[in-house]
Amino acid sequence: MSGVRVLAGTHKGAFVLTSDGRRKNWRIDGPFFAGWPVYHLKGSPADPDRIYASPASDWFGQQIQRSDDGGKTWSQVDNKFVYDGETGTHQWYDGKPHPWEFKRVWHLEPHPANPDVVYAGVEDAALFRSDDGGQSWRELPGLRRHSTGQRWQPGAGGMCLHTILLDPNNPKRIVIAISAAGAFRSDDGGATWTPINRGLHSKYLPDPTAEVGHCVHHIAMHPSRPDTLFMQKHWDVMRSDNAGGQWTEVSGNLPTDFGFVIDVHAHQPETIYVVPIKSDAEHYPLDGKLRVWRSRGGGNQWQELKRGLPDRNCYVNVLRDAMAVDQLDDCGIYFGTTGGQVYVSPDGGDHWQAIAHDLPKVLSIEVQTLANRAVPRARKPVAAKARAARPAPKAQAKAKRPAPRRKR
Amino acid sequence: MAPARVRIELPSPLRVLAELRSAELELAVPPPVTLNAVLDALEAAYPRLANTLRDPATGQRRAFIRVYANQEDLSHIPQDAPLPASIAAGAEPLLIIGAIAGG
Repeated sequence: MSGVRVLAGTHKGAFVLTSDGRRKNWRIDGPFFAGWPVYHLKGSPADPDRIYASPASDWFGQQIQRSDDGGKTWSQVDNKFVYDGETGTHQWYDGKPHPWEFKRVWHLEPHPANPDVVYAGVEDAALFRSDDGGQSWRELPGLRRHSTGQRWQPGAGGMCLHTILLDPNNPKRIVIAISAAGAFRSDDGGATWTPINRGLHSKYLPDPTAEVGHCVHHIAMHPSRPDTLFMQKHWDVMRSDNAGGQWTEVSGNLPTDFGFVIDVHAHQPETIYVVPIKSDAEHYPLDGKLRVWRSRGGGNQWQELKRGLPDRNCYVNVLRDAMAVDQLDDCGIYFGTTGGQVYVSPDGGDHWQAIAHDLPKVLSIEVQTLANRAVPRARKPVAAKARAARPAPKAQAKAKRPAPRRKR
Repeated sequence: MAPARVRIELPSPLRVLAELRSAELELAVPPPVTLNAVLDALEAAYPRLANTLRDPATGQRRAFIRVYANQEDLSHIPQDAPLPASIAAGAEPLLIIGAIAGG
């Protein structure tokens, strides 16, 4: 029977949540790397038993851990991330030059076909690659040495390379995103890079349409249409249909277009999901109501999804790497919150349930779809009552008012 | 000159990482007994601890790591300077501490 494995990176360790294809009853294993912030973990598409994880500590530096048995056991592999040659400077928060300093791995992206090849996006922003299963890492320095590098600056979370998209049809094409430098594309396997930020408008920049400096929060791509990219920027939801050559705003009727996550339905490449967040100062949902919004047309027209999600007093955030989809039919949508909840919708967003309530702050969510494999038996249904989901009082639910478009 | 027997206490996350069962361990450290010599011996004996106490790019002690012994803060003596004789003699443990910096 098919099943799913959810990989949750949290502020105090990693957790593995498993279920069968019904996605109703869940087993939670962990914490792995207890006490260590785990910004990301992700499985190889070519070998689901191969999973890479990136525990990192302000005290003790970076670890790269690898599992070859689907997350049951882990081994430490190399943890040496050293920039290639002279590091140079980028802008600091105050606009002064600041030397590049390695802090942590934000995102691990295993190669679609080769389980031993994996990319790492790091803070301060750079792209590394391993060809030996994480046992050694080398920087692809063309990105950091881009002529605009001196103008890159950190976002609130640091100057992180957080998004890595590998084109399944073109092994030479890589798209990455950096807060706050913007998006970049390589068409030669990472040797050279082009900023792909045309069409973005960021009011916090002296030149709002500058070539670089945009705070891109996340980019998603459907593998069947690698030229179509969907972006959640600091403010604004954007799309591009030419691999980032030009972006168009598709925020449409969203109540606020600030947010962090964005993802694409596994079988409908024009169906996309975001979690609107009130503002850049108030990192929680509007009116204390946690909502996912879905567009079935690639943006502009959005539908509010709320069945099973908290209706009041919810002030969590959903961080940029904390949404994922499975490959089952119906497609499952997953996201984790800074309050330690993990939610799943097994029907493309129509209904939601909490499958974990009290984890540490969730930093990332990835999902593996396990076809025709034995799935560990769930110990106990933890999701029968989504305790966070309480129906709103009728009067409140009916009280309609124009959704404010809170922006800038 | 025979290696010194140096006693070390590690912070708990590193004990977990290295799968150590006791708080204190003992290492043979070739003289002169400096912080770098101690950490070199530690990393040779426990490769999982490589780069956890020193930045691999600079070789410098990580910012949130402190080193105490004899009720003194030795964090700021040069990493290649000899440690107190009581450390080299094994009379006092070298305490490697994760700096307290919030929750």
